[in-house]
Amino acid sequence: MTVSLTPEGEQHRPSLQPTGWLRYFSFSVDHKVIGLQYLVCGFLFYLIGGALAGAIRTELVSPMSDFMPRDVYNQVLTLHGTVMIFLWIVPVVNGAFGNYLIPFYVGARDMAFPRLNAVAFWLIPPAGLLLISSYFITGAAQSGWTAYPPLSTTTAASGQVIWILSVLLLGGSSIFGGINFIATVLKLRRPGLKLMQLPMYCWAMLGTSILVVLSTPVLAGTLILLSFDIVAHTGFFNPGLGGNVVVYQHLFWFYSHPAVYIMVLPAFGLVSEILPVHCRKPLFGYATMVYSIMAIVVLGLVVWAHHMFTSGTPPWMRLFFTIATAFIAVPTGIKFFNWLATLWGGRIALNSAVLFSCGFIINFVLGGITGVALAQVPFDVHVHDTYFVVAHFHYIVYGGTVFVIFASIYHWYPKVTGRMLNETLGRLHFLLTFIGFNLCFAPQHWLGLNGMPRRVAEYDPQFAFINQLSSAGALLMAISTLPFLWNVVASAFRGEIAGDNPWNALTPEWLTSSPPPVENWEGEAPLVHEPYGYGVPIDQIDLAAASGSDLWSSGK
Amino acid sequence: MTTLKPSSTDVASTATDHAHQDHRMFGVATFLVADAMTFAGFFAAYLTFHAVNPLQPDAIYELELPLPILNTVLLLVSSATFHKAGQNLRKGANQVCRQWLMLTAVLGLAFLVSQMVEYFTLPFGLTDNLFASTFYALTGFHGLHVTLGALMILIVWWQCRTPAGRVTSENQFPLEAVELYWHFVDGIWVVLFLILYLI
Repeated sequence: MTVSLTPEGEQHRPSLQPTGWLRYFSFSVDHKVIGLQYLVCGFLFYLIGGALAGAIRTELVSPMSDFMPRDVYNQVLTLHGTVMIFLWIVPVVNGAFGNYLIPFYVGARDMAFPRLNAVAFWLIPPAGLLLISSYFITGAAQSGWTAYPPLSTTTAASGQVIWILSVLLLGGSSIFGGINFIATVLKLRRPGLKLMQLPMYCWAMLGTSILVVLSTPVLAGTLILLSFDIVAHTGFFNPGLGGNVVVYQHLFWFYSHPAVYIMVLPAFGLVSEILPVHCRKPLFGYATMVYSIMAIVVLGLVVWAHHMFTSGTPPWMRLFFTIATAFIAVPTGIKFFNWLATLWGGRIALNSAVLFSCGFIINFVLGGITGVALAQVPFDVHVHDTYFVVAHFHYIVYGGTVFVIFASIYHWYPKVTGRMLNETLGRLHFLLTFIGFNLCFAPQHWLGLNGMPRRVAEYDPQFAFINQLSSAGALLMAISTLPFLWNVVASAFRGEIAGDNPWNALTPEWLTSSPPPVENWEGEAPLVHEPYGYGVPIDQIDLAAASGSDLWSSGK
Repeated sequence: MTTLKPSSTDVASTATDHAHQDHRMFGVATFLVADAMTFAGFFAAYLTFHAVNPLQPDAIYELELPLPILNTVLLLVSSATFHKAGQNLRKGANQVCRQWLMLTAVLGLAFLVSQMVEYFTLPFGLTDNLFASTFYALTGFHGLHVTLGALMILIVWWQCRTPAGRVTSENQFPLEAVELYWHFVDGIWVVLFLILYLI
């Protein structure tokens, strides 16, 4: 290959790469384009998943199954779970923000493997369309997002096989992304930038990607075995043919428990970026945050059977997994108190990004408390497969992660578009979402404690009022999307010009133009040792003077 | 700042030049960790079945040892021949490297043939019982890896046909990546042989 000097002043761009709006529909290898592709694609699937949730809540307004046939209800709830987890939360909180931010944070011009990155994204739209289209072609899978046999082997095979195919593609995408993030964080750091000087989101993505690489392949293998059971009538998970159903559950949860951390660890990282900027304080306890993330990664791999306490699990296993799960509360609690300490005494700008972050802290601690409760066998046996579990799960992934996704959009929108979002609409969005979310899911704790099973279209009439309350909350959540959608679309054209660094932030993505140029910086990448060096006027901070850990450990 | 930028127009070369160093082997190794976890899942399932699901009374599940031992030898030798190929490429001896590569591919294909012979002489089929299914799933998934590996070896063999070709002593990545993969597949076979045939 010949190498030559680019002529003076000429902007070098990879050829065959469109540069206008068309690039968002192309096989672009620019990490920022790919990040936005993930974000917009994920949001479209969020709207679909939300519509499916709306259908579920409409059905549950009355105790009888009168809005849709029962098998359609099964399909709708399966699609809702699969779309929201595999097509909205995992791609957006990992792929979208990870691709956009990680190269900035490590001081690189792109991800380690740009083409693999584009491949990883472009696996998602076909997989998603395949999944959705199964509803119209043959009827979608009916066995929930867990696809437990014998449910998954006795319901209509075609929908289940398409579901497996789609999840395999999405798993592949996730693994490719994970490999890319690990290589980028560990290998592509700008010379002179130490690991313990990285912004927290890098650590969160490193931990998440380790979980992705270690656990997603197990799900892939499991689903291949399940597809053999369905297509070739083998008996891996069929006791009638000498197989074992519980083995499926073990293998499935070996991925799907870490999957919860794959969905929530990046959110931890994003919140750790947002809070210091708007509180004008260093992130409290940087080192403990890092060790907590790594502790969660290790513990997250050895707690899966707490999902299976009613599956004939032997007592020693129950004991081990209860204790291991309870231990996870320690690193999680450390992170929770670190965020509170970051807020404590800060000059908090109570804007939409901070409101959503605080909403996250409140919701997440509630979800965490019910999580510790669910890890206790005597309690879990009582509420297993009831709406209590549904409430707990949604407090983690919606109250936790989705709130953080919105906070992140409010925080980084000025960087991505160069324009500010409307604050009034943002606060309205927060208010509607926060009230709607809690109205929708808080009552479900009560429903579960009183014995209403999940995933069933009909229920005891005594639960009708609480279900209607919950459905009203869901309606409010649906309405809350409108000011948000209007805000992001209108602000892209008419929003106030943001400038390069509207929040006076110190992390590297703000030290370039908004939107950033191709390859991120004109000239050399900045070397930021103190991504959280707030508390002194910005022009007095010498970015190269002290190492970040000095500041973090002294707690200034 | 003055930077060296490639003037060639194809996307492929410009895309990888964003990186200052070549991290592709790191990526391949990480991918193999993921691949190993797939096998780990299968092995865990098999061992659990082995521990808690007794063979049904009328089921036939017997394995002979000679062919699998031959297969183990074939793969272990092929790992060594691949290593020789890599050594020769680094010395710039493309033609010798190609001979070793071809020998490796032939050994890989011999493994596959021997595996097929075993499949057709076994007294049980895929759906006969749980252990039959597990046996075919595990060896089949591994055989798929060997097939892909043999194909990739032949591609590399083609790519280093001239000293000015794509795979040379300056650009060893394709050969090194396939070599790492091939050693990995051999390692998996050794574990599989221990678990499936000896336990």
